[in-house]
Amino acid sequence: MTERSVYLDYAATTPADQRVVDAMLPYLTEHYGNANSMYRLGRDASRALEDARERVARAIGAARPDEVIFTSCGTESDNTAIIGLATAAGRTSGHIIVSAFEHHAVLEPAWRLGKQGFEVTELPPRPDGTVHPDDLAAALRDDTVLVSVMHGNNEIGTVQPIAELATLAHERGALLHTDAAQTLGKIDFDVAALGVDAASFSGHKIYAPKGTGALYLKGGTRMTPYLIGGGQESKRRSGTQNVAGAVAFATALELMDAERPAEGPRLAALRDRLVDGLLGRIEYAQLNAADAPVRLPHIANFVIPGVEGEAMLLHLDAAGIAVSTGSACSSGSLKPSHVLLSIGCPVEFAHGSLRVSLGRYTTEADVDYLLETLVPVVDRLRQMNPLYEKMVAGLAGAAD
Amino acid sequence: MIYSDKVMDHFGNPRNVGVIADADGVGEVGNPVCGDVMKITIKVDDDRIGDIKFQTLGCGAAIATSSIVTEMAKGMTLAEAVAITKSQVAEELGGLPPAKMHCSVLATDGLKKAVDDYLVRHGREPIAVGTIAHDDPDFDPHAEDDGEHAH
Ligand SMILES: Cc1ncc(COP(=O)(O)O)c(C=O)c1O
Ligand code: FES
Repeated sequence: MTERSVYLDYAATTPADQRVVDAMLPYLTEHYGNANSMYRLGRDASRALEDARERVARAIGAARPDEVIFTSCGTESDNTAIIGLATAAGRTSGHIIVSAFEHHAVLEPAWRLGKQGFEVTELPPRPDGTVHPDDLAAALRDDTVLVSVMHGNNEIGTVQPIAELATLAHERGALLHTDAAQTLGKIDFDVAALGVDAASFSGHKIYAPKGTGALYLKGGTRMTPYLIGGGQESKRRSGTQNVAGAVAFATALELMDAERPAEGPRLAALRDRLVDGLLGRIEYAQLNAADAPVRLPHIANFVIPGVEGEAMLLHLDAAGIAVSTGSACSSGSLKPSHVLLSIGCPVEFAHGSLRVSLGRYTTEADVDYLLETLVPVVDRLRQMNPLYEKMVAGLAGAAD
Repeated sequence: MIYSDKVMDHFGNPRNVGVIADADGVGEVGNPVCGDVMKITIKVDDDRIGDIKFQTLGCGAAIATSSIVTEMAKGMTLAEAVAITKSQVAEELGGLPPAKMHCSVLATDGLKKAVDDYLVRHGREPIAVGTIAHDDPDFDPHAEDDGEHAH
């Protein structure tokens, strides 16, 4: 058995970058003050926090630093935005549109609002994995208060035309929130260019520690705070601020932005090597949402007919490789990925889905090792599949 | 969710994989749409399972339970073989995660079907019919478990 360890699940989480850790550590030990205290330790912490806020605001193109609210994670940012914007100014009803392939951190609060007086439309993406502006235009109503469409999808890596969608939402008087957990730092991200009212970010997707995040909220936008208490973050997010986390988030984001001109094309080339290699070596394999007009450089999602995802994952894990799947068997709910189903992927194909996501420490050798390892794993699982021959006959027939 | 070492052993090195070409009985269960499919072929000597092979499309637990069921059943009388329960299978594997208990039904049902197939081919009464979970039109392999074990 090999000792090799190849991490190819960067869309799930990233390791904290040593430079980020170095920047944050002093705020855990030396400058540990509460940013809300008046004495020197507190002022030092507050200064670091506000400096981090300014750096994040600059990086995302915000008009003012106070448009950045630090949170504990992407989930908190999403929950806060959906519930806080929908129920702003005491609103108890209205129409909300969310895309059908949102992360559950957006879907769950929308569903909860749906039980509490709001009407929720789940807008399906097209088979290319993209939410089409015409479809949003058709779904918008006079009473639509909020639209939430993710910027980059975490499973299939497709990028949504947020600027167009925001314009359409605004024309009908609705706000637009975007979950940018997967795009921040990975592709250009500018709140002004996108025209969004709110955007969610997660630190652990950009080499900052888990449990860090931020929410962009455009100046003047009313939002009911989700966490209430001491009134921190200008009353929009109570709770003693995680100064070290804010410093880490700002540092991580600046590193992403500084390195992107080289890193973006490097990752895209690795992804293309992966896609070409996998489709070339594994019969009947397909790239999900292959026709997407814009995709993230670091995520590729495949269907490998005739195998089950969890079994594939376990064999790869035995060879030291970490990847993920949308198979029903591997999900706690025993349901296949709602993202794959939303783009029209048949249930039995979702069963054999494989998501590979690349990052800062991925090399060509890692991609090649995955390909080398995957080929015999797929052969072996297909040989154990009692229906494989029948399935192949169907696949061959479908190709005619 | 963590699998026991024994589950991982049977998953990584499944025993008795394949198809017996001149099988005396064949059992196939599952539904390709939910992804769980299993096929068992048996040779019967003197009303005992002489040889047995399986093929499974499914998760780690589905493959491991299929493998261990073939080991357990080899040499058993037909009556003993159809009496193997999913709890016995799980126990033999050192336990299964609660969410994976249902996977073992695939293997026990496959075996029951193979035995009945053998009996019917020989003009005898099937003995497992009525106890096969996958024959129940309302059977949902991914439904909440039936309380045989604690969650
Ligand atoms: C698109 C998207 N939104 C939200 C989240 C949740 O972020 P966090 O893990 O920081 O709560 C994730 C990651 O899990 C994600 O990929
Ligand atoms: S075969 Fe689907 S969860 Fe085990």
